[in-house]
Amino acid sequence: MLQLTGEWLLQRGIPSIQPLLEQLSDYRSLHFNTQSMGHWDSSLTAFLLQLQRYCLANGVSVNYQGLPSGVQRLLTLAMTTHQRDDPNLNTAPGSLLNQVGESTLNLWYDAPQTLRFIGGSAVALANTVRGRAHFRREDIGLLLQDAGPRALPIVSLISFLVGMILAYMGASQLALFGAEIYIADLVGIGMVREVGALMTAIIIAGRTGASYAAEIGTMQVNEEIDALRTLGISPIEYLVLPRLITLIIMVPLLTLYADLVGILAGMMVAVTAFNISVFEYYVQTLHIMDINHILVGLSKALVYGICIAIAGCLRGIQCGRSAAAVGQATTSAVVTSIIYVVVSASVMTVLYQKLGI
Amino acid sequence: MGIYVEQSPHIQVRHLSTSYGEHIVQQDLNFSVQRGDIFIIMGGSGCGKTTLLRHLIGLKRPLQGEVVINNINFTDAAAEQQRQIKRSMGVLFQSGALFSSMTLAENIALPLKEHTTLSDGEMSDLIAYKLALVGLAGCEELYPAEISGGMQKRAGLARAMALDPEILFFDEPSAGLDPLNSRRLDELILELRENLGTTIVIVSHELASILAIGNNGIFLDAESKTMIASGGPAYLKQHSSDKRVRAFLNRGGD
Ligand SMILES: Nc1ncnc2c1ncn2[C@@H]1O[C@H](COP(=O)(O)OP(=O)(O)OP(=O)(O)O)[C@@H](O)[C@H]1O
Ligand SMILES: [Mg+2]
Repeated sequence: MLQLTGEWLLQRGIPSIQPLLEQLSDYRSLHFNTQSMGHWDSSLTAFLLQLQRYCLANGVSVNYQGLPSGVQRLLTLAMTTHQRDDPNLNTAPGSLLNQVGESTLNLWYDAPQTLRFIGGSAVALANTVRGRAHFRREDIGLLLQDAGPRALPIVSLISFLVGMILAYMGASQLALFGAEIYIADLVGIGMVREVGALMTAIIIAGRTGASYAAEIGTMQVNEEIDALRTLGISPIEYLVLPRLITLIIMVPLLTLYADLVGILAGMMVAVTAFNISVFEYYVQTLHIMDINHILVGLSKALVYGICIAIAGCLRGIQCGRSAAAVGQATTSAVVTSIIYVVVSASVMTVLYQKLGI
Repeated sequence: MGIYVEQSPHIQVRHLSTSYGEHIVQQDLNFSVQRGDIFIIMGGSGCGKTTLLRHLIGLKRPLQGEVVINNINFTDAAAEQQRQIKRSMGVLFQSGALFSSMTLAENIALPLKEHTTLSDGEMSDLIAYKLALVGLAGCEELYPAEISGGMQKRAGLARAMALDPEILFFDEPSAGLDPLNSRRLDELILELRENLGTTIVIVSHELASILAIGNNGIFLDAESKTMIASGGPAYLKQHSSDKRVRAFLNRGGD
């Protein structure tokens, strides 16, 4: 006999059934007495449901006669639905070691999918060159507009500041030898070969790559990608390809612009703080600037553009079916593209050094 | 073009197991859908009806078994053949799944552009007609976000019907529709079957319309993870040997 007394209200919390279970193990059947019980709400039924599940599992028979009839009916309703037994649902995060192992495995399982995606994109790109890919031409216009002109203010700001930093850092060292004029070399070559492309890529990864992942991820949530597939349209050709083409065009163009702004910033520093004339700086820059440097920078920008488009779209396509998944896809797109960009930057820098370009 | 009668079933499902990863949703499903059938997939919420539909339209690879459409093994067909089969199918998703960056007209135009060579004028005539059929005349230039859920559903229907497909798959077409529109939809489905000989596969909970239009179907069960009955819904309602099926079709009152 279980005596239930007092008021059962949610504001007071739901009592744990644990202390009861220890006593219960001696009994074979359970009756209720609710004579002195006051008001009740879901806290009572939730408590009883737990108790009932336990009794059912342990062969204790339960007699409901003593409960108010409303409680009896609610419990019957709650018990008539089938309890789902899905192994996938019990995915509480394990120990740290466990999580590290799982992420490593995921990386491994992720690899074939990533490679397939890259392969698919390459085939689609080849199809475009042969004029056989299907996508809406007007999409490209909008994407170009969004990735290029709209990014100009932020690209200007960042590359101006970076150009200034480069100039100041270099100048304070060069001044020791009275060789301030070489600021032009430092800023010019630094911006054009490395920094211009890298800064642009990081801005575009955070701005455009993230928006691609969010956009495609939302389409995934809304079943739009499935709808495309059932229409016989490849999401890679229709969604990924225009974005890939956009960034292949736009990242190098923005890089050229960033180079120019950075060099102007360097010139400003040299003229105002180190008494070099505009003409001297201009001549010095022209003197060291070689078409090779520009091509090296542009080739890097091209590769970064591809990396960002691939990472953004890949994470979008892999997105799960919830609002939280879109958030994760966006974060992951930015992280992935920055990793791709930095790794390819190092590889190319070393490679070009070895080749002596 | 002539009308020819083919004896073999339009869709044939053999020993199909549906799953999400390792989690099996339904197993050992066997049924066939004849040409011109209005085939109803029934079952309680969460028993795997949408999942089965996703396997039938080739969005998911079955864990086991195969789906044969028009005597072609859809599961193992080459890419070009799969595209051919997909062209002959129209799908209405549970959520409508309209492309949110396009107007309703562009949504319906997409399959037309992809699979036909119609001129722009012909296309806009066809779009106006399809939208009118689902009660959305004059909504061409609206975006999906600007219309109600029930209207999105109907616009999705118009897109699914754009190419006059041989098979139409509907996932809960009448969910979110008012009784009159729901009734119109039933009539539309019967007309499609009557005039175009379309085979129609419907996932539905709407008893009135299941019983009114369905002439064949299967009943899935979540607990035993397989189909527990097959046949016309009206027949099953009276004569099914399974209590659960009769209870479902009689709203619990046997
Ligand atoms: N993306 C997913 N990943 C894992 N499991 C899923 C996923 N989607 C659905 N499930 C599981 O598969 C089962 C079947 O789901 P499904 O959507 O097919 O049900 P349904 O019969 O269409 O239900 P309803 O009538 O409510 O639409 C459910 O138990 C669900 O939890
Ligand atoms: Mg469903």
